[in-house]
Amino acid sequence: MSLLRVESVSKHFGSLIAVNDVSMTVEHGELRAIIGPNGAGKTTFFNLITGFLTPTYGHITFDGQDITHLLPARRVQLGMARTFQVTEVFPELSVRENLRIPVEVASGLRLRAWLSKADDSRIRDRVSELLDMGGLADKAERQVGELSHGDQRATEIMMALALKPRMLLLDEPTAGMGDQETYEITQLIRRLHKNAKLTIVLIEHDMRVVFHLADRIMVLDQGKFLAEGTPPEIAANKTVQTAYLGQAA
Amino acid sequence: MTSVGFNKQSANLLVWLLLLAMPFWLPAIGGYVELGERVVVLGLAAMAVNFLLGYTGVLSFGHAAYFGLGAYGAGMTIRYLVPSTGLGILVGTLVGTLAGAIIGPLIIRLRGVYFAMVTIAFGQVFYFIAFRWNSVTGGDDGLNGWTRMPLNFGITTVDILHDTRAFYYLILAVFAVSVGVMAWLLRSPFGRTLIAIRENERRARFLGIPVDQHIWMSWVISCCFAAAAGALYALLNNFVDPRALYWTQSGDFVIMAVLGGMRSFWGPLIGAAVFVLLQDYLSSQTQNWMSFVGLFFVLVVLFFPRGILGAVRRKVTS
Repeated sequence: MSLLRVESVSKHFGSLIAVNDVSMTVEHGELRAIIGPNGAGKTTFFNLITGFLTPTYGHITFDGQDITHLLPARRVQLGMARTFQVTEVFPELSVRENLRIPVEVASGLRLRAWLSKADDSRIRDRVSELLDMGGLADKAERQVGELSHGDQRATEIMMALALKPRMLLLDEPTAGMGDQETYEITQLIRRLHKNAKLTIVLIEHDMRVVFHLADRIMVLDQGKFLAEGTPPEIAANKTVQTAYLGQAA
Repeated sequence: MTSVGFNKQSANLLVWLLLLAMPFWLPAIGGYVELGERVVVLGLAAMAVNFLLGYTGVLSFGHAAYFGLGAYGAGMTIRYLVPSTGLGILVGTLVGTLAGAIIGPLIIRLRGVYFAMVTIAFGQVFYFIAFRWNSVTGGDDGLNGWTRMPLNFGITTVDILHDTRAFYYLILAVFAVSVGVMAWLLRSPFGRTLIAIRENERRARFLGIPVDQHIWMSWVISCCFAAAAGALYALLNNFVDPRALYWTQSGDFVIMAVLGGMRSFWGPLIGAAVFVLLQDYLSSQTQNWMSFVGLFFVLVVLFFPRGILGAVRRKVTS
């Protein structure tokens, strides 16, 4: 059974149709990229999946369960975690604290006023593990707001990962980054996909990143489905070329 | 890291030592014990407001309602039900907490200015009830005809009515328990979710924290300690009048919190001390003392946006 199934969803904002009858199926362990020219409706589509918006029409099922109208917090509990196009972290807290909060939430401790020694050390271990995995161990005590854009983004991805998600959704993970930072974030995502066998859906503008990472690519244009396939198939697709070239010409 | 921890610990120790010894050093420098009592009581209310403002990121402009309910709860218990100080404090605190718990669900979905406005509106409802219901609350004249009662410990009784030092230590005991609970909560996983909401509500929501539920809990905790402070305030004056519920009283709490520093745990207590001292000194000099407090407040906000304690802290670390 597919992990995520999006069936003919549409989103209308008044007379504007931001997403128009789009379907998508993501399998366990897949890394799916969603691309498209500006205004293609990628982020809106993403927001429908994560519960930031609810679709006007259509259905979304996650692991067989209908989640079309579930609140974001419930979707997180089912195993969906996301990052945002503009990095969303806890800027005045340290990297360690930023990671500790989602670890505690994921362990079902969010209402606890007291931690046993065992719980506390288990949480500390998990936080250190995440710090290592994200390459953030040497910056653990720094305030996240002071870090570079790339490190803030890495923190955000590790926060999402701290929730032990079954699916990770990344909205333009390399947006606004230099070459070195883009490379590091790409490597991080690759490690999570290959080593942790995580199912990942990402929106990306940088085609090098997309073709380097994705198993399959879906292309949106003006809110509509345009094409889907493996990276070589998409590269060879005439409609996709026209959509991108048409915009440039 | 360790030196920061040490500084924090010694700061805490200093605060508690100053508070414990207040009845001895305050008169020596020209103050009087009742002034210290006012600082501790209003400081507790401001710290309760700041639990919500500084650590959850939610501004209430209506905490006088719960402060006042605590005050009336204590006063009316002693006046009409049982002449017991302890029971008065307990009932007052419970009444304020319960009112907060019931009103909470109606307002927690609002944010920012809308939240502040609606908290004022609810506060005014209680003010007008207290103002109009003459036969029970004493209306505009206030609730009098009662005093705080001696504490009966079975083997011995303590006369807190005439022994101001004894009464100060009763206040300090309630303060210590309240502040201890708030500090404890802020260092727990639950407390960290509140700080997460303050830092970035959207991120908190997408980490799976039911934000509204946590804000409600923070609100009720905050109302509870504001009510406890209100109960002590009634005992301090042996009197309650509707001004304890008025919206300007809510504003005073916010001013104290911001003045002292709302990102510092002890900030609101410092703010309350400055506020009470300014009030005490200026009101003997001029009727317009509030304009000077207001001016001082504006200056602090303009030049030390993190409050007095925030400014001191910056000096120490730089």
